[in-house]
Amino acid sequence: MLPWLTGRFGNPSGGHAVARAARQAVEEARDELAAVLGCQPRELVFTSGGTESDNLAIAGVDGRVACSAIEHHAVLEAVRHRGGQVFDLDAPPRDVDLVSVMLVNNETGSIQSLDEIDAPLVHTDAVQALPWLDVARAAARADLISVSAHKIGGPQGVGALVVREGVRIAPLLHGGGQERERRSGTHNVAGIVGFAAAVRACKANPPDVRAMRDRLATGLLGIAGCRPTVHPDAAVPGILQLHIDAIESEALLVLLDREGVCASAGASCASGAIGHSQVLRLSLGWTTTDADIDHALDVIPRAVAQLRRVAA
Amino acid sequence: MNVLVAMSGGVDSSVAAALLLDAGHDVTGCTMRLWGGESDTGCCSVADVDDARRVAQQLGIPHYVFDFGDEFHTGVVEPYVAAHAAGRTPNPCIECNRTVKFDRLLRRADALGFDAVATGHHARVVQEDGRWRLRRAVDAAKDQSYVLHMLDQSTLARTLLPVGFLTKTVVRARAGGLGLRTATKPDSQDVCFITKGGRERFLSTRVSFTPGRVVDGGGREVGAVEAVELVTIGQRKGLGLAGGADPRYVVAVEGDTVVVGSLDELRVDEVRLAAITWVDAPISGEVLVQCSAHGVPVAGTIEDGVVRFARPTRKVAPGQSVVLYRGDDVRGGGIAR
Repeated sequence: MLPWLTGRFGNPSGGHAVARAARQAVEEARDELAAVLGCQPRELVFTSGGTESDNLAIAGVDGRVACSAIEHHAVLEAVRHRGGQVFDLDAPPRDVDLVSVMLVNNETGSIQSLDEIDAPLVHTDAVQALPWLDVARAAARADLISVSAHKIGGPQGVGALVVREGVRIAPLLHGGGQERERRSGTHNVAGIVGFAAAVRACKANPPDVRAMRDRLATGLLGIAGCRPTVHPDAAVPGILQLHIDAIESEALLVLLDREGVCASAGASCASGAIGHSQVLRLSLGWTTTDADIDHALDVIPRAVAQLRRVAA
Repeated sequence: MNVLVAMSGGVDSSVAAALLLDAGHDVTGCTMRLWGGESDTGCCSVADVDDARRVAQQLGIPHYVFDFGDEFHTGVVEPYVAAHAAGRTPNPCIECNRTVKFDRLLRRADALGFDAVATGHHARVVQEDGRWRLRRAVDAAKDQSYVLHMLDQSTLARTLLPVGFLTKTVVRARAGGLGLRTATKPDSQDVCFITKGGRERFLSTRVSFTPGRVVDGGGREVGAVEAVELVTIGQRKGLGLAGGADPRYVVAVEGDTVVVGSLDELRVDEVRLAAITWVDAPISGEVLVQCSAHGVPVAGTIEDGVVRFARPTRKVAPGQSVVLYRGDDVRGGGIAR
């Protein structure tokens, strides 16, 4: 990424040598990402991240839209904004033009199959799936696929939307007509290059966390009243979400943070408030080590015990 | 000490955190999210959370957001609505201190292992002869001891109110000197969950208003109101009274009938208190009595839950808090029946 932030910051839409170099970097990144996502390079639209990709997919299509109730807010709120329908996964709607179902849930890690969806157009938020699943295969049924760089260790603020050939999409951003009129705006060259580098690193050296996740789960399930919200076999190995009786997530997360365990409960939101759930979400990735698991297995049961002791 | 400071996003709690750091404490900031309703202007809005978080960053302390919206709704908003529906005049800021800041937050702090909770209130907590005292602030004009009167010995032992020892001018200067973005932020004035439309609009969707007739002491109808639930003892305006006569005040509300009278008729000799709390052991005898947040304290006595005023005093609206002082020290308080 550094060359594109230091000397070589040409605008890829320009015509001179510096601009052409930047354009080449963007197109090489596009080729690389398209191969991983199982699409043609021309089907890939670079965006500012998962939220923009989701919004572009939902807002850009004609007709009636619907999404599952487990979607990320970026999909849920975009669907609600359009007056669309939110459905339970076991009761998909008929008579809609686009159905959106996420490949991997961002809070529980659960994996959804898209194969049975019966709709003219299918969108999938694959942001959380990218490091863990073969998205090209798992999302083969989808006409629109959202991905984001920071979920695979790339920079924040860059993402992409796959728009299959023949799917008409109206742009959210109007201007210079970049990305084949689907997303105007100067390219985030360093971000796009970083996105591709992260994908490359992920392919070359996929995060191997399943054994660590299983050890973490086995250890924490020894806490009384602790159970996984989704069976680990039905979830990606990078997310372990647990329900823990008689604790408040908000308090537990502060205790863990003070002991160097960075965890979450549900999704992140603007105010940073967590609420009253009894849920703990632990994420694992490339940087996770066995020592981290040992530390978590030491800290979390003690923190739960402290909260229960004071509450009693 | 390990201190959790409640940072509202205002200048006082910002400086409270800074003062505690200076004093060598291990300080953690938090902001309570209390009201997700339509108000984004009072304290604890998203903008205020942002201000508090930024101040915590500038001071180099961790900052957390606690969502106590349910407790706030149950402990503050619902009782506020119910009190108005029953024709009383509640003080929601006092109930927030009682049920949220110095109960829910204190329990959260206990669970997390903090030794004390601090806020930016202007009042002083001091220890004398092994007992905790709740004292008026150094800055008399900003004194908030009235709204903290429910603090008892065990709570005061875990409460720090560092800005109560400074004038507001010094507090602002301190914030300015530290370059805190809250230095020039205006003081919050209104009840945080009441929006632009005011109390009437807030209550109109939550209480069914009863039209009322306004009568004088002789029972003659002299005016009308659209909602007896919004009428407060001592009120002069909005009663549909013909002008010209001597000022008339609401002296009683009985069902849908509002009784008005002269200032003399508004004056009473006593007020009966419910739900009395004491800072330390209960007292009786001479006290100074303060009947509103910025009211002038008047002389009186307390005996068996009845305050007798030394001189006839304007009647206290039922639901208002009556706080008892000796000198500058809060000794207890209750709610006017």
